[in-house]
Amino acid sequence: MSEFYFSTKLDQPILLGMRAKNIPELLAGIQTVPESSIYYHTHRYLRQHHFLSPEPPNDFAYWITEVLNEDRLAERVSSVDIIQFKSLEALRNEFIDILQAHLELSERVPSAPAGEEFHFIAARTYVLHTPYIAHDIGEFAALLKNVSVGSLYYHIFEAKLRLEQGENDFSRWFRDQGKTELADRVARLDPYTYTLEGLRNKLIQLVETHGKA
Amino acid sequence: MVKLEDYIPIVGAATVDELRLLAKHLEQKKIQNINSTAVGGGVAEILTRMIPLLNQMGVQARWDVIKGDEKFFAVTKKFHNGLHGVPTTVSNDEYEWFLEINRQNAEEMQFEDVVFVHDPQPVALIEKRQHIGKNWIWRCHIDFSKPDKNIWKFLEQYITRYDSAVFSAPAFARRLPIPQVLIAPSIDPLSDKNKELDEKYIDSVFERFKIDRSMAVVTQISRFDYLKDPVGVIKAYKLVRQHMDLQLVLAGGGATDDPEGPAIMQHVQEEAAGDKNIHVLFLPPGSDLEINALQRGSTIVLQKSLKEGFGLTVSEALWKGKPTIAGAVGGIPLQIAHKYSGILTHSIEGTAHWIKQLINEPEFARRLGVNGKEHIKNNFLITRHIKDYMLLFIALFHEGDVVSL
Repeated sequence: MSEFYFSTKLDQPILLGMRAKNIPELLAGIQTVPESSIYYHTHRYLRQHHFLSPEPPNDFAYWITEVLNEDRLAERVSSVDIIQFKSLEALRNEFIDILQAHLELSERVPSAPAGEEFHFIAARTYVLHTPYIAHDIGEFAALLKNVSVGSLYYHIFEAKLRLEQGENDFSRWFRDQGKTELADRVARLDPYTYTLEGLRNKLIQLVETHGKA
Repeated sequence: MVKLEDYIPIVGAATVDELRLLAKHLEQKKIQNINSTAVGGGVAEILTRMIPLLNQMGVQARWDVIKGDEKFFAVTKKFHNGLHGVPTTVSNDEYEWFLEINRQNAEEMQFEDVVFVHDPQPVALIEKRQHIGKNWIWRCHIDFSKPDKNIWKFLEQYITRYDSAVFSAPAFARRLPIPQVLIAPSIDPLSDKNKELDEKYIDSVFERFKIDRSMAVVTQISRFDYLKDPVGVIKAYKLVRQHMDLQLVLAGGGATDDPEGPAIMQHVQEEAAGDKNIHVLFLPPGSDLEINALQRGSTIVLQKSLKEGFGLTVSEALWKGKPTIAGAVGGIPLQIAHKYSGILTHSIEGTAHWIKQLINEPEFARRLGVNGKEHIKNNFLITRHIKDYMLLFIALFHEGDVVSL
């Protein structure tokens, strides 16, 4: 039986000095920024607003709604189902496709007022080992109540999309423990529709219900 | 003295544990902060509170202040205005004196492993790097969105010699060959300006200023400065007054070094004349507890700025759970997600509309306040600021975009 080592992840935003004032410039930016910028703009809300519900749109959708007032496009961009994507390149291409399709059909190009441009930001990521180690499901459930939201975030979101591991770290460990149903249930969650604290509660409930079986 | 543990009831043990984990990776490093003033201003305020906390965690942090004469500070004041977009001319002699003072300071100083230089005044200390090496970071605390071209060109040749530059808001970033890190400023929830207050004390402050707490109170705390738009705030209040009873509080210090100060004051007083529900309060320095009480006792807090560096008064209001309406300028959109954690406005009419809306819909207003407080807790408290600085220092000793510790 292997242990589960809880890690945590911290981000430092890196300013790229690139800005967009309309959709063509947003598209050009999305096409050229580093992957970590696509990641940052689609996950920042989870980290910064992890208490808000209903939420979160991604940064692109928020800007398109609040600054450009392009509601139809914003809805399309905010409804991109991030959980379906296995890599950041695939996610980037989805945004590119949506924006290109919009530009082909639109007759006008609204511009952001001065000072409200979209600023592209990337992220430097730090992964730290925490002192929390679970030797069995019981310890895992107890630690889940104490680890930071950064730790939850790392094992659920980061492992799957940015590190391209296919499945989140918790499900993989549950599977190793022979807890297949628990692993499947956690893998099937759409974590993007929970706040981080809500996700923590859901995970605790699943582990307590299905971990003993 | 405030202890790191004192923050646990506010931000949680996991957050403080993370800080300690990070601090372990800096145990052998000495961090040297350098700025140009030991007292007054946001930089001195944050360093005063942050350095003891870093040292408690085993990070050896210190703080040095450069020395300069009147002529030097007159030049750096010109830089400050120019970087804020005010047309300014700096002569060659003045640039030369600025460099001379920096060189004199560099000769007298002992430099540590990480040299963390704040704002433009000591920026040219970097000339010393070619002789002594070390790791150098430049931290810009001011609004840099539309700098005077000549002053920027002069400073750029020094800034680009640093390992990284740090800015408070995305709009201040420029195309630079060095990494630019986004680190927002912060508030300290244990300071007099932000700590919890007894309801009786809040009542006593309102009584002292003759403000009636049984009627809605809309408050803006800021310097009397055109860029904070106090006259626009009064105009918005007058639009709301047509539909409901309310009081307006405009409270702040006079800007004694601002030549426009008296004219603004006169304008504000003319605009407020004859309305007993407008309270214009001049608060002396050291009125942090009164400001805290005024914010806590208000129904709505405004920050209707036309231009703003970061606008930390917004964080102060949100931290107190207050529904906040603020101009969408500078760092304010980082603090408020419109209609989630506060309201962003662009006009006097928009401000008036939202004041009415929030007074009439207290449940919506309450929810904005709850969300706003959580947002500040997660992103704009001193603990997050310390974390960001430690990450920045750690990155100096690691390559790449993913740092495994």
